[in-house]
Amino acid sequence: MIEVKNVSKRFDSLVVLDNVSFEVADARLIVILGPSGTGKTVLLKSMLGLMPVDSGEVIFDGVSIQSAREQEIYEIRKNIGFVFQGTALFDSMDVVDNISLPICEHTKVDKHKIAQRVVHILKVIGMSGKGRLYPGALSGGMKRLVAIGRALALDPKYLFYDEPTTGLDPIMRDRVVDLMIELKKNYAKSGIVVTHDLDTAKAVGDEIYMLKKGKINKLDKIRKEVYDG
Amino acid sequence: MPIIVVIATFTGLVSTVQTSYQLIGTVPRYIVGTTLGRMVMIELGPILTALMVSGRCASSMAAEIGTMRVTEQIDALETMAIDPYRFLNLPRIAGTFIALPILTVFAELVALLCGAVYAHYFLGIPFSLFNYGITHYFYARDFFGGLAKSLFFALVIASSGCYFGFKVHGGAREVGKAATYAVVTSSILILVLDFLVALVIFG
Repeated sequence: MIEVKNVSKRFDSLVVLDNVSFEVADARLIVILGPSGTGKTVLLKSMLGLMPVDSGEVIFDGVSIQSAREQEIYEIRKNIGFVFQGTALFDSMDVVDNISLPICEHTKVDKHKIAQRVVHILKVIGMSGKGRLYPGALSGGMKRLVAIGRALALDPKYLFYDEPTTGLDPIMRDRVVDLMIELKKNYAKSGIVVTHDLDTAKAVGDEIYMLKKGKINKLDKIRKEVYDG
Repeated sequence: MPIIVVIATFTGLVSTVQTSYQLIGTVPRYIVGTTLGRMVMIELGPILTALMVSGRCASSMAAEIGTMRVTEQIDALETMAIDPYRFLNLPRIAGTFIALPILTVFAELVALLCGAVYAHYFLGIPFSLFNYGITHYFYARDFFGGLAKSLFFALVIASSGCYFGFKVHGGAREVGKAATYAVVTSSILILVLDFLVALVIFG
C-alpha cells in the first residue's frame, strides 16, 4: 500500500503541490488527472524520492521514502516500475538490453533465465521478435510498450505511468490501455497513472483524482466535474 | 588513434628540427636523440596525448551523460535502483585510466620513430647514433614519470567529462555548454597538474 500524506512542494513562489494526500491500495490503479503543467510528474517523481518535497511524506508498505536511507530507498524502488512520459529508453542499448538491464543489475540469475524473463516480457507487451531493435528504430507507441516492459523487468509490485498514452495514435493508445488493464488484472500490479487523457483515465482507473492548482480531489463523476470546472 | 598518430608524427618531426637547429655544431650529434627522447617521454608525449584525448573524450562524455540527463535516462536508472554515478562514471574513469597511458606510450614511440627518420635522412645522423643518444641517457624515471602524469591526466579528463555531464539541466544548449566546459576545464587542469607532477617527480 502507498500512502501519500500532506505532501507539499513549491518552486519559488509557485505552489505545485499543496498538502496532497491519497492512498493506493494493493491491486488498485489510481489515476491523477490534470491539465499540463499542474505538477503531476512532479508528484510522481517526488513520490519516488527523485525530487525532494518541502513537507509531508510518502510511505511504501510502511516505509517512508523521505526518512529512508539510501539503501532503503533503492529497495523501495526495486518494487516500483516507472514508465516515463518520454520513455527514457537507453538509446545505446537494444530492446532486450533495455529490459534486461535491471535484472542483470539486481539479480544473480544466469543468462538463460534472464533471456527467458525477457522473452516473457516481450510476449506480454506484444513486442516478440523485436528484441534486437534499437529505440531509434521504434515508433513512439512501440517505445512506450518497451518502457512498460522495462518497468516490468523486476516484477515490481507497483507501476507508475507518466502520461502513458499522450501523443499516441488511437490504435496504439488502445493497445497501451489494454496492456495496462491486463497488467492490473492478470498480474495484480497496482499503481498510479498520471494523464490528461479522460478516456485513458476512465478505462484504467479504479479511482480518479484531479490535481489542480496544487490541490488534489477525488472525482466521482469525472466528466461532469472536469467539463463543468 | 589516427589523430594521435598525426600529432605524434609532427611532434617528433618538429622537435627534431628544433633540437638540431639549437644544438648541432655545439654538442655531439647523438645529443639530438637524447634530447628528443627525454623531451617526448617526460613532457610532449603525455601532455599532447592528454590534450588530444581531452578534446575527444571529455567532450563526448559530457555530451553523452548530459543528453542522458535531459532525456530522463539518468532518472530512469535511479528509478531502477541503479546508482547512476557508479553505472556511468566508473567505466569511463577506468577506461580512460587504461587507455591514456597506452596511447601515451604509443604516441611516444611514433614521435621517436619519426624523429629518428628525419634525423637520418635530413640531418645525416645514423639510426644507430640516434638510438645511442636515446638509450645511453635513458632514465627509467623519465619514462615512468611521464606515465604517472598520464594517469593523473586520465583522472582529470574522465572526471571533468562526467561532472559536467551530470550537471546538465535544460536542453540541447546546456549539453553543448557542458561539452565545452568539460574540455576547457580538463585542459587547464592538465596544464596545472603537469607542472605540479613535474615538480614532485623531476623538481
